Amino acid sequence: MSTKELTIGFVGNPNCGKTTLFNAYTGANLKVANWPGVTVEKKEGAMRLHDETYRLVDLPGTYSLTSYTMEETVTRQYILSDDVDVIVDVADASALERNLYLTLQLIELGKPVVLALNMMDIVQERGMEIDLHRLPEMLGIPCVPVSARKKTGLEILIHTVAHHKDKAQGEKIIHHHDLEKSRHEGVEEHHKRYAMVYSDEIEDKIDEIEERLLREYQEESKENLRWYAIKILENDQEMKERFSMDFSDIIDQDYEKEIINQKFGFIEEVIAECVANRAKKAESTDRTDRILTHPVLGLPVFLLIMAGVFFLTFTVGDWLKGYFEVGLEWLTVVVADRLVSVGVTEMLISLITDGIISGVGGILTFLPNIFILFLALAFLEDSGYMARVAYVMDGIMGRIGLSGRAFLPMLLGFGCTVPAVMASRVLENRRDRMKTILITPFMSCSARLPIYVLFSELFFGDQAMVAAFSMYVLGLALAIFSAYVMKLLDKSADNDMLLIELPEYKTPNAHTIRVYVWEKVKDYLSKAGTTIFVASIVMWLILNLGLHGFTTDMNQSFGAMIGKVLVPIFVPIGLGYWQIVLALISGIAAKEVVVSSCSVLFGVGNVTTQTGMLNLSTLLSQMGFGARNAYALMVFCLLYVPCMAAVATIKKETGSWRLTIAMAMFQLVTAWVVAFLVFWIGGMI
Amino acid sequence: MTLYEGEKGSMLQVIGMNLPVQTERRLEVLGMLEGTRISVVNRKKRGAMIVKIRGTRFAVGESITRCIEVKKI
Repeated sequence: MSTKELTIGFVGNPNCGKTTLFNAYTGANLKVANWPGVTVEKKEGAMRLHDETYRLVDLPGTYSLTSYTMEETVTRQYILSDDVDVIVDVADASALERNLYLTLQLIELGKPVVLALNMMDIVQERGMEIDLHRLPEMLGIPCVPVSARKKTGLEILIHTVAHHKDKAQGEKIIHHHDLEKSRHEGVEEHHKRYAMVYSDEIEDKIDEIEERLLREYQEESKENLRWYAIKILENDQEMKERFSMDFSDIIDQDYEKEIINQKFGFIEEVIAECVANRAKKAESTDRTDRILTHPVLGLPVFLLIMAGVFFLTFTVGDWLKGYFEVGLEWLTVVVADRLVSVGVTEMLISLITDGIISGVGGILTFLPNIFILFLALAFLEDSGYMARVAYVMDGIMGRIGLSGRAFLPMLLGFGCTVPAVMASRVLENRRDRMKTILITPFMSCSARLPIYVLFSELFFGDQAMVAAFSMYVLGLALAIFSAYVMKLLDKSADNDMLLIELPEYKTPNAHTIRVYVWEKVKDYLSKAGTTIFVASIVMWLILNLGLHGFTTDMNQSFGAMIGKVLVPIFVPIGLGYWQIVLALISGIAAKEVVVSSCSVLFGVGNVTTQTGMLNLSTLLSQMGFGARNAYALMVFCLLYVPCMAAVATIKKETGSWRLTIAMAMFQLVTAWVVAFLVFWIGGMI
Repeated sequence: MTLYEGEKGSMLQVIGMNLPVQTERRLEVLGMLEGTRISVVNRKKRGAMIVKIRGTRFAVGESITRCIEVKKI
């Protein structure tokens, strides 16, 4: 019955099972937002235990607390803030040696820390043993064995946290640190407060810096002082800005490397004393890797897996999507009937059914695809395979300056741009993510196929298949070309060095997958949905309003006027017909709409039937619209701004309207230029 | 020799790194320091390799492995 709920920050290395542990406490009941000012995700949840409420904050996975990456900066700033009471350091107990480096840094921060030894089930499986009495003695913090997957030790961990909240560091720590020769009288003193004691040289410097800080910044809390001093000694950029003092007389060289070295020296001591039987290998991972990362077999196996994901997403997904569409049509009819029966005006009915239901509903029909895609991705991610993709595809994608993992979103782009753009999240580097999002729309999505089918059949006869297929090749070529150009332009390309942890393989955890998929689906529905809602209304207004108000005749709409104004721009690429321009504008709602708009605008019913096509082709020919115009149109449709849903998703993923608009402009310009070239070359043949 | 030349299954020890400071620090916080033992788990003919450092596997690109001096142990 405390007056204030306790806030617990979860910190840990990537792949330590931190999220699984966090989910085990909070379930799907999460608040997901971004940390202020950065695009690093912040997850928050709450739990109750013995009548107390605990607030849990999941911090980004990180290996260290330097200020090189956004994740690290966010983590350490948050820990130093008053918002958090206790840190739970989640460590993969089966790889304790690597995990302890972060632990030592967290202890230095001065806040109460509890070490959660996760994956204890795996430790036992492998016959490893961890001395749970010696480890807390050496580190000076409580160590609680847990298993997030088996849900053991969870209550004890929170219990420990509750009891440890007021203790900055543990009691006197006794261990045989290599300090016999120390000339410090006060070594005992240091030991009382800190687990990790550095060499005399470094401890002297830390003392000196601490003293100086204390003189200048009396208001700083003392418990963080040692950490500030160490960071200053490490030449940390953020700390140097924060404490604008001159330490050059103390810091005569770069101590960062030496400090890291000594930390690992201490870790080796801890491991030697506390971990037994660690030589036993994780054989199952090695066996699996023998095939999955095989120098020759690795690639085909990956392609096979990708084909599987693609198949599930678009075959099974589209099958379900069909039912969604039937349901949507039914809803439209029912709503329209109902509205008519209560005497609503024709205009409002049109807005609701043609505008909102078809726009927002169109987004909902993608739901099965999105759901299946993220289910598959969650499996690959949680099993540990996703990290291997970067290795397997490294050489091939590296040549165009992209990370190996960028292959996945590009491939998915052939199905639908929306999930493909969302899949770019598998890339950890923001620059890579932006590049991939930019080129993914060039991969010809399935909604563009009806356009190719119609126009290639109209104008290319026997060669129709070749003409349609060439669109896919052209799109892929342009995507690769754009990436390559960006690589040449990007001067900072040298930080695309591959360095990634390959976690042990494990059976995916149902709970983790459920939370992951649900989060993505919710995200998609809420964010893309709201944008689409507004955009649907805007599109409807453009196509159904004219100078004389509401009109069902598209010829009289503002859209037609805009189309006519834009005609001169489209003349050089062979598309200078206002109907075509208007069809292209309506295609921004969804690409397949280009086909239906053409049928409406040229007044030809059932364009996809034999007679319909004959009528349309006669009409177009009379206007001077021939094969090369048709090909230019197909090219333009392939490359210009993706559909509203895709644009909304791009906005969501980039987090910036400026970038989204810049990308759309880039795509428009590319479409125009390439269509121009095609039309011009076509004219010479 | 450099880490890049390491054969699959070999056990090596780092004797020096010649990388941009930031990359070097990234490696160091993962526990790859001078004197650290590395085993080569898997490798492609050209390009990236999989190494094991302190019990953890990492995929490391050619641009890094070429700049790490090692010796056989």
